[in-house]
Amino acid sequence: MSTALSRPHVASTSSKLTLVLGVASLLGLAVLLVFSFVLTDPDQRVFERGADLEPLLTGQGDAVRLLYVHFPVAMVTYIAFTLNAIGSIAVLWKKSTWWDNTAAAAAEVGVLFCGLTLATGSIWGRPIWNTWWKWGDVRLMTTTILFLIFIGYLAYRRTMSDSRVRAKRSAVVGLIGAINIPIVYKSVDWWQNRTLHQQSTLRNRSVEDLTLFTMIFGMVVFMAIFAWLMVHRFRIGWLEHQTETVGLEAAIIERRAQTSAAISDAVTDSRSSAETGSD
Amino acid sequence: MDYLGYLISGWGVVLVAVAVYAFSLLRRGRALTARVPADRRRWMTTDD
Repeated sequence: MSTALSRPHVASTSSKLTLVLGVASLLGLAVLLVFSFVLTDPDQRVFERGADLEPLLTGQGDAVRLLYVHFPVAMVTYIAFTLNAIGSIAVLWKKSTWWDNTAAAAAEVGVLFCGLTLATGSIWGRPIWNTWWKWGDVRLMTTTILFLIFIGYLAYRRTMSDSRVRAKRSAVVGLIGAINIPIVYKSVDWWQNRTLHQQSTLRNRSVEDLTLFTMIFGMVVFMAIFAWLMVHRFRIGWLEHQTETVGLEAAIIERRAQTSAAISDAVTDSRSSAETGSD
Repeated sequence: MDYLGYLISGWGVVLVAVAVYAFSLLRRGRALTARVPADRRRWMTTDD
């Protein structure tokens, strides 16, 4: 009788590394939720307007708790697409399957996080900016373009069966998409009057103490989650490559067997016809 | 707590989406490992 302890391992993409990463991510997420909802205070910054005017409440209140998830998810998006760009360069330079696999994994995980960045930003924008979405906001538009380019990247990969051609062409698409990463990041500086977004919160040091700690801690937690997802997605890509290779090798062996059978049949036929002719 | 609906929606969409994607990766991984010979599975847990 098998128990939970003596149960045999099921073949999977898991390993000790992913187990450690997974447990650390879940623990980190639990701690992040405590910091985000219990230990940090609502944002209640007050803008003093002079002796004859009432102070103006400029803080976000409890909506700031959404930034503890929106900011880390956005940072992971940048990391994922930058990793895709590094992988794409390595593919074109070294024609490496390992890097092609890394680039594909980073793109898929990056699309997930980019979608979540747009979703959480929209949910945060409704109570703070009084709108779910603003066409023309440069940060929103450039992020949406980035999202669509990498959805296209993933779709394009699926259209090609030859792994070498797929690696090369998708690397080019990945690099085209990568051009947009610094544009998204710097858009709030370059077009300040065409966005509702504030400039970099961390660079301008507009947050401090526990708020700053929670944002950075959130980034660390989501980077651990990203690493866990990347390792599993990379291994899936590796297995897909192996199934393609095994299938190709089986096809070559079958073709060789068919060819040698055809040759031996031809030899037998020519011998028998030669013997018939000599009779 | 103010904006509770927005907070639940924002955090919920992230946690649910990441969890669903993580489980889908595990399922894809298990299905694929069954199709690949053991000697070609690197880094991964194999059958006992």
